[in-house]
Amino acid sequence: MLSKRIIPCLDVHEGRVVKGTNFVQLRDAGDPVELAALYDQEGADELIFLDITASSDNRETMVDVVRRTAEQVFIPFTIGGGLRTIGDIRRMLRAGADKIALNTSAVQNPRLIQEGAHAFGSQCIVVAIDARSNAPGQWEVYIHGGRTATGKDVLEWAAEAEALGAGEILLTSMDRDGTKMGYELELTRAVSRAVSLPVIASGGVGTLEHLAEGLTLGEADAVLAASIFHYKEYSIEEAKRYLAQRGILVRHS
Amino acid sequence: MIGIVDYGRGNLRSVEKALEKVGFEATIMASPAELSTVNGLILPGVGAFADAMQALEQGGWIEPLTQFARSGRPFLGICLGMQILFEIGEEHGEHTGLGLLTGRVVKFPPGRKVPHMGWNSLRLEQPSHLLEGIPNESYFYFVHSYYAEPGEKKDIVATSDYGVVFPAVVGKDNVWGAQFHPEKSSPWGLQILTNFGKWVNEDETLSSHRS
Repeated sequence: MLSKRIIPCLDVHEGRVVKGTNFVQLRDAGDPVELAALYDQEGADELIFLDITASSDNRETMVDVVRRTAEQVFIPFTIGGGLRTIGDIRRMLRAGADKIALNTSAVQNPRLIQEGAHAFGSQCIVVAIDARSNAPGQWEVYIHGGRTATGKDVLEWAAEAEALGAGEILLTSMDRDGTKMGYELELTRAVSRAVSLPVIASGGVGTLEHLAEGLTLGEADAVLAASIFHYKEYSIEEAKRYLAQRGILVRHS
Repeated sequence: MIGIVDYGRGNLRSVEKALEKVGFEATIMASPAELSTVNGLILPGVGAFADAMQALEQGGWIEPLTQFARSGRPFLGICLGMQILFEIGEEHGEHTGLGLLTGRVVKFPPGRKVPHMGWNSLRLEQPSHLLEGIPNESYFYFVHSYYAEPGEKKDIVATSDYGVVFPAVVGKDNVWGAQFHPEKSSPWGLQILTNFGKWVNEDETLSSHRS
């Protein structure tokens, strides 16, 4: 049967992995390609690189990271951050990425989802949504790395992304990101039920119990985590062992 | 030397890198004329059945690929590259495939998320060269919305379960297909590419003895 996925996320700033709290206060966490290869060996199911600098002068650095990763890493990996055109997407896929995560550019130009899915297949178009709660049971889409509110409802936007041809949703709770309080389960469950696409839960993992909650109570297909793995609080193996003990189907390698 | 068919579809680079990683030389082939220079062939692919067939047709690949398969040299289709080995695909209407294996390619029935995306385990249905050293229930990375229904049960080498049990590896003589992506299925996917590479090398040795 299909297993649940554990996905380490590498936030890349000027060619280095960094981690912040609530999208600010960056700390260095190592070389992206080295970390990616380590996670592959440890049994990570996929990887996501988010280029959080995302300025055009930095694009060359990121293409190089992708190219070097593709030489050493033999699990699927996704690239996101600052990709605005079909040409940007093509370049990353050619460099060796398997999937592309679109966030700000997808909100500003939803046709990019459609064109990307048409040109390269839905399987490689991931729509990343940064969500912030604005009332109980209601969440708003934010763009520009969480700096700009859009007025869009998260559940409606997720459904629209699916209709446009997205293959997967990467859902980050801005309220929880970097807090180690656990995923926002209500949000995750609501989005999982609003679409029939795989949903990756993101934002707020502090313990292995949180991973299990995201997959069970949150009804997510995959869980994303950054700091608990980067700072060696837990290894991927420990996480998988724990989830298996909880009766959750995970890949053992 | 292993040739990778470039017909404008699929992540060729990762197939090439994975073969290099396990110690085999590969070349990405932009034209069918290069088929004579390789001893084994990989047909990759993502996207839709009809698009892929059309692209192969426009590149003049169809007849040369059929001849390559008949020559007895090892031939491996990956993902959509496996699906188009069959006679008929039902994606967006009925379309003709390469017909190297009998059977059709059909959509997953409703009641599950499609595409089937992620790591699923393999159930080995019969011993084979390609899956040598692969434990039963080992995991591989899949991304697909359609699956093959081979005309001949004996062509099914391994299956996976996604609510329906479907063929994950098929094979007949020298023509093989994997529905998952071995190049993205570390570590067992790399083992399969190793097995394929060894088979190509052995076949190369045999043919040079013959000539």
